[in-house]
Amino acid sequence: MNEFLASFSPISWLVDPLSHDFMRRALMVSGLVGGVCGFLSCYMTLKGWALMGDAVSHAVMPGVVVAYALGLPFSIGAFVFGVGSVALIGFVKQKSRVKEDTIIGLVFTGFFALGLVLVSKIKSNIDLMHILFGSPLGISLSDVRQTIIISGIVVSILLIFRRDLMLYCFDPTHARSIGINTGLLHYLLLSVLSLAAVAGLQTVGIILVVAMLITPGATAYLLTDRFDRMTFLAIISSSISSILGVYISYWSDIETGGSIVLVQTAIFLFAFLFAPRYGLLKSQRSISP
Amino acid sequence: MDLINDHSIDDFCRIYAEEICVDYNGTVALYDASLQLKSGCICGLVGMNGAGKSTFFKALMGFVRPSRGKIRINGLDVPTAQREQAVAYVPQNEGIDCSFPVSVWEVVMMGRYGSMNLLRVPRESDRKAVWHALERVELIDLRKRPIGALSGGQRKRAFLARAIAQRASVLLLDEPFSGVDVRTEKLMADLFLQFKNEGRTILISTHDLSHVRDFCDLVVLINKTVLAYGETSEVFTPENLTMTFGGMSPDFLSGSTPAIDLNT
Ligand SMILES: Nc1ncnc2c1ncn2[C@@H]1O[C@H](COP(=O)(O)OP(=O)(O)OP(=O)(O)O)[C@@H](O)[C@H]1O
Ligand SMILES: [Mg+2]
Repeated sequence: MNEFLASFSPISWLVDPLSHDFMRRALMVSGLVGGVCGFLSCYMTLKGWALMGDAVSHAVMPGVVVAYALGLPFSIGAFVFGVGSVALIGFVKQKSRVKEDTIIGLVFTGFFALGLVLVSKIKSNIDLMHILFGSPLGISLSDVRQTIIISGIVVSILLIFRRDLMLYCFDPTHARSIGINTGLLHYLLLSVLSLAAVAGLQTVGIILVVAMLITPGATAYLLTDRFDRMTFLAIISSSISSILGVYISYWSDIETGGSIVLVQTAIFLFAFLFAPRYGLLKSQRSISP
Repeated sequence: MDLINDHSIDDFCRIYAEEICVDYNGTVALYDASLQLKSGCICGLVGMNGAGKSTFFKALMGFVRPSRGKIRINGLDVPTAQREQAVAYVPQNEGIDCSFPVSVWEVVMMGRYGSMNLLRVPRESDRKAVWHALERVELIDLRKRPIGALSGGQRKRAFLARAIAQRASVLLLDEPFSGVDVRTEKLMADLFLQFKNEGRTILISTHDLSHVRDFCDLVVLINKTVLAYGETSEVFTPENLTMTFGGMSPDFLSGSTPAIDLNT
C-alpha cells in the first residue's frame, strides 16, 4: 500500500487510461450523459418527479429487449416504452380512483417484470447485466453514436424551453394564464425524461439511472437560490462525478455504474453537510444569534 | 403611464360572460352567471364562502370548463385573449412551492414571458416593466430575495407585481386583500384606481365590504348565481346583502354594530 502511495501520480492516474480506446469512449459518453442527466435533474427535483423518473427508467426495459430482438436501435424501443408507460400512468390515473404514486409503482414494476420475462424468453445475445447495470467500458461505436444523438436532442429541447419549463415547474397556473400550452410542456418534459433515461442506461444501467436524474439536482439545490446557478452546478457536478466514477472503476476494478452513483452520492452528502446556507453544519451554527 | 395591451374599441365589453354554468363532478357551483364589464371600471365580486367567486374567476380563465355559457375577453375567446396577454389573473392561493430557487425579480419577470420571444430573453422594455411593477408595490428593495424569503403579505404583493408587469387590460384578482396590512391595502386601492383611469378593467373578489363602498364602481353579488349586479350605489343595499349572506342582519354586515360579543 505504501509502495502504491509513493508511486501514485495524479497525472498518470488521469492520463494513463486514455491510451485505451474503450476508456476514451467511456469517459466521453459518461461525461456527456452525466451533463445531460444533470441538466434534466433540476427539473425533476423541482417538479417532484423522482418517482416518475424511477418509473420511466424501469419501464424502458422491455423496449430495449424488443428492439434488440427486432434489430432496431435500442433507443427507439426504449423511448416508445418510456413514453408508453407515462401515458398509461396518466390514463389509469384519470380513469380510476387509485392514487398516483400507487399507479406509478404498479405500472413500472409491471413493465420491468415484462422486460425480465422477455429477456429470458427471447434467446438473444442481450446481456441482462449490461442493461441492468450499464457497461460504459464496453460500449460499442454505434451505441456511442446513438447516445450522442439522444443527448443532442435532449439538450436542445432543454435549452430552448429552459424558461418555460422552469415556469411550468414553479407555477403552472400562471403559465396557462399567459397562454403557454402547459399540456405540451408536460409531455415534452416526459419525453425528454424518457430519452435521458435511455442515455443514462448506457452508463449506469436501468436500476441506477434514477440517481443520475435526481442526485445532481438535489445537490445543486442545496447550494444555491438561483435557478440558473442550480442548473450550472448540477451539470458540472454530474459530469465530473461520472468521469471520476469511470476512473475509479478502472483503477480499482469495481462496477462502473455503482462507482459513478457513489461519487454522486458522496458529493451530495458533502453538500448536505457543508453547503454554505442550507448545510446541516451551517444551520446548527446559525441558531445562536 | 403604463402601456397596456389594448385590443379593443372602447365601448365593447372587456369581460363578457353569458349564463355560465359550472359543476364539479355533478355538484353545481355556479349557474346562469352573467356579467358584462366595460373598460375603465372596478367591479367587486361579493358572496359568502363557497358562493362560487373563485369558481367564477377560474371559469373566466378557462381553468374549469363551464358546462354551458359563453365567455369573451376583449371580444376574444379565452385562449386567444391569454395568448395576447389581454388578461392577468392572481389566484386566491398561489399554491406554489416556496422553496423554489427563484428571486422576486425573476418571479415578476415571469409576467413578461408571454410577450417575449421563444427563448424568453428579457429586453430592456421587459426589465423596465418589471422594475416599474416592483416599484408600484414597494418591493423594489427586496427584488433579489428568494421568493420563499418573503412574508405572506409581501409575497402577495410580488404576485400582484407580476400581474402588473404583464400589462394586461383585464385584471382578475381573487381576494387580493386577504392577509395584507392596512398600508398595503391603501397602496393597492390607489393602484387599482390608477389602473381604472388608464382604462383597464378590474374584477376583485373581497370579503371586506368597506372596500366595495370605497372604490368599486360596480358590484356583483353572488351565491351560486348572480343575485344582483350594477352600480355600487344602487346594488349595495342592506336588503341585497342580507339576501347574499343568507338572512344575516344588514347591521351586522355593515359592521356598524359589534359583530360578536366576545364575552359570551
Ligand atoms: N375542485 C373542486 N372540487 C369540488 N368542489 C369544489 C372544488 N372547488 C370548489 N368547489 C365547491 O364549489 C363551491 C364554490 O367554491 P369557490 O371556491 O368558488 O367559493 P368561493 O366563493 O371562492 O369561496 P371563498 O370565499 O371561501 O374563497 C363550493 O361549494 C366548493 O365546495
Ligand atoms: Mg375563493
